[in-house]
Amino acid sequence: MNSTLAILAVLDGISYAALVFLVSVGLSLIFGVLRVVNVAHGSLYAFGAYLAATFSIKVAPLSPWLTYPALLAASIVIGVVCGGFIERVLLRPLYGRDDVLQLLITFAAFMIMDNLQRLIWGVQPIFAAEPLKLLPNVTVFGVNYTSYQVILLPAVAVATLFGLRYFLRRTLAGAVIMAVTEDREASTSIGIDARRVYFVTFIIGASLAALGGALASPTTSLVPGMGADMIVLSFAVAATAGLGQIEGAALTALMIGLTRAFVIYLQPEFEVLVPYLLMVLVLLVRPYGLFGATQMRKI
Amino acid sequence: MADVLLSARDIKIRFGGVIAADGINLDVHEGENLAIIGPNGAGKTTFLNISTGYLRPQAGTVTFLGQDITAHLPRTITKLGIARAFQIPQLFLDQTVMENMLIAAASRQGYPSGFKALARLPEASEMERLLELVGVRSYAERTARELPEGQRKLVDIALALALKPRLLLMDEPTSGVASSEKLEIMDILTTALAKEKVTSVFVEHDMDMVERYAHRVAVWNVGKIQKIGTPAEVLADPKVQQQVIGI
Amino acid sequence: MSEKDLMTRRIKPITTAAVIFFLVSAVAPLFVASWATLFALILAKGIVVLGIVLLLQAGQVSFGHAMFFAIGAYTSAFWGKYVGGGDILLYLVLGGISSTVFGLIVGLFVVRYREIFFGMLNLAFSMVLWSLLEKMFPYTNGADGIRVARPGLLGFVFTPETFQYVILYVSLLIAAAAFYGVQRYLESPLGHMLRAIKSNETRLEYLGMSARRVLLIGYVISAFLGGIGGTLVAIIQQIATPEFGFWTKSGEFVFIAILGGGAHAFGAFAGAAMFECVRFYAAAHLADSWQLILGVVLIVIILYAPNGLIGLRQRYRQSGKGGR
Ligand SMILES: Nc1ncnc2c1ncn2[C@@H]1O[C@H](COP(=O)(O)OP(=O)(O)OP(=O)(O)O)[C@@H](O)[C@H]1O
Ligand SMILES: [Mg+2]
Repeated sequence: MNSTLAILAVLDGISYAALVFLVSVGLSLIFGVLRVVNVAHGSLYAFGAYLAATFSIKVAPLSPWLTYPALLAASIVIGVVCGGFIERVLLRPLYGRDDVLQLLITFAAFMIMDNLQRLIWGVQPIFAAEPLKLLPNVTVFGVNYTSYQVILLPAVAVATLFGLRYFLRRTLAGAVIMAVTEDREASTSIGIDARRVYFVTFIIGASLAALGGALASPTTSLVPGMGADMIVLSFAVAATAGLGQIEGAALTALMIGLTRAFVIYLQPEFEVLVPYLLMVLVLLVRPYGLFGATQMRKI
Repeated sequence: MADVLLSARDIKIRFGGVIAADGINLDVHEGENLAIIGPNGAGKTTFLNISTGYLRPQAGTVTFLGQDITAHLPRTITKLGIARAFQIPQLFLDQTVMENMLIAAASRQGYPSGFKALARLPEASEMERLLELVGVRSYAERTARELPEGQRKLVDIALALALKPRLLLMDEPTSGVASSEKLEIMDILTTALAKEKVTSVFVEHDMDMVERYAHRVAVWNVGKIQKIGTPAEVLADPKVQQQVIGI
Repeated sequence: MSEKDLMTRRIKPITTAAVIFFLVSAVAPLFVASWATLFALILAKGIVVLGIVLLLQAGQVSFGHAMFFAIGAYTSAFWGKYVGGGDILLYLVLGGISSTVFGLIVGLFVVRYREIFFGMLNLAFSMVLWSLLEKMFPYTNGADGIRVARPGLLGFVFTPETFQYVILYVSLLIAAAAFYGVQRYLESPLGHMLRAIKSNETRLEYLGMSARRVLLIGYVISAFLGGIGGTLVAIIQQIATPEFGFWTKSGEFVFIAILGGGAHAFGAFAGAAMFECVRFYAAAHLADSWQLILGVVLIVIILYAPNGLIGLRQRYRQSGKGGR
């Protein structure tokens, strides 16, 4: 492998990691607060991507620059509408019931969304590369690359990381969410309205998934099955990091993104294997993920 | 003096800033009933956790019949002959009380092979007797979840007894039990233990119980044993009276 | 009223229902030929789901159980591709052995984990298998999968018309045996210990048992059932594809278990019957939206009958008792 290829792999890895991070941090946030693994998370990602493509194809003729707000609008619409619906209508009646049921109802949401996606957007690949083409290419160590992928995507990811950190550690609403994450019983007993926290958190997490999809839409063709692939990948990242770990998710996404990119150049058949293999290895050594901690039962 | 069954040497453990054991030395003699008393958070439960392998001390060793068990798992220690009843009852909540007992009976034999139904195990009558002994026979067919707290604690003790241990550790055995029944249960229990030659250690907050049923008392305070001796000696100590019993 | 009364009252009608179900599967296809394959599929999937129901007793959900299903299926496929010839019985024995061995190996790792971590690790293992099946094109034909030629049985060969009945009755026999075996297992001390893992593992350890060993035994049995079911489905559908091991397949099995009612072994078959029937008819009439319909069915069941089909009778009496 020569140095150009290596740089290419690093750049691929970074831009990919940025997208994966957005999706998995949403998943992780939802798990941390609601203790629910949202199986429909990948579908939110796919819906975000498709809706963003639809919007940007609509607005591009007016002004190509309008495609950027279109991406953002699409992710918020999906996050609020779909995410809000899943939490309020499907999950809410199940709090306090068997965890299996909560997991499974999001699986039902996945099945429905997967089907709806094919009904609404069809099975032919959709391309909407407008936002990607708008920004100029940059040269990084002699390698030519789109600045959308190596600058914009990582910038959004980093902004999200610090934004979330700030929100959770420095604002009241964030403190409330953290309190619920750390000790649900205690926080409800001091009068925190857990239901509202769940609702808001779910919408934030869902919007992040949709944002990941929206930002990915210019870089790839949209096909059925993209949601099903993304959900396991983001599981892998979130679990490897330790569920509920935000900084951990960033590092893990980077680790998985880079490894995957190098594997693509060296041994392309094994590309899909990378995240799962890493996840298996990490979980075998550290059951609660790289950054997670054990808890002991009081007896 | 009788043989030493369980022996703790220089046990230390701390959780962050909280010191739960700070050089505990204690010998439990065969055949005695040893009471542990002390204020909340003194480290009484922690000592039982360490003795049964639920926690590993940061320093010190625990031996049982001369064998070092400090690093053993709870199940290994259980097999050596130590059974435990918990401060928070640990039952199989989705199963009936009788099923709980039969699982204990089956466990005693190691890995039960074959497809014989649990309900038909020959130990059923023996288990009924144990439930009778602690006074919860009438609950036998109830799901453990349905039981009130006091009854759960008694079933928890019966589960420990089902293992036929040499040493029984009980964490506040009669808390949650109506005070009118406490004496009766402790009477029956200590008689049964004496008959079966089971040594016992029990954590207790009720000094009346300690006076009646303990041969020796150890007073825990902030991770240390402040005093140990016969109930009469210990309860007469003004320092103990002041700090622990709060008179 | 005590739970025990509820249990005995519940088991009797369910056992009757199970017997009726097996009888119907034996007789109904004699009248409607297209049902032979439908029922064979129901029974085969029911066997897999039986394995999921087992693990649900311990409170564990495997979101990767399709890996054993795929292993059973690919064992037959590989045999047909590389060795050639084949016999239903041989396939079943091989599928059973390979899934058991695999279940033991994976099990040794996953039984150290609980709840979401158990589910995740199973998922990860199954996705590793799936990617291998999908990417090792020279050996597995990738996403196209491997065709499984119609095998004989004990040296006899059959026409396609007869064969669909042969495989139906083979599936029926195995399903009935598996159902009976799982029932017995769940009533045995080990089965009760498996249930005990769900409510209090600490106590189990303090009784001197290794919860991991207890779970491992359940896990291996469940992997075996998965492998047998996978073998049957590969023979019925005459193909094995990586899709058999994809996570959505695992989700489908958990779905069926909850649909039928995870509390009882018969739930596996009740759920499989409902699932396959909805799919069979929805796919025929609403080819584009059968998945949507199943999703809605699942939501309705979870929200309004969380104990599944076999729990429907119990609905009112159960109210007031939490899920955990
Ligand atoms: N696993 C643990 N992690 C962190 N802190 C612990 C742990 N176990 C015990 N502690 C702390 O150690 C101290 C001693 O606890 P322990 O339960 O042994 O007290 P105790 O004497 O049994 O009190 P009580 O009478 O209330 O039961 C307490 O402050 C407790 O919070
Ligand atoms: Mg205590």
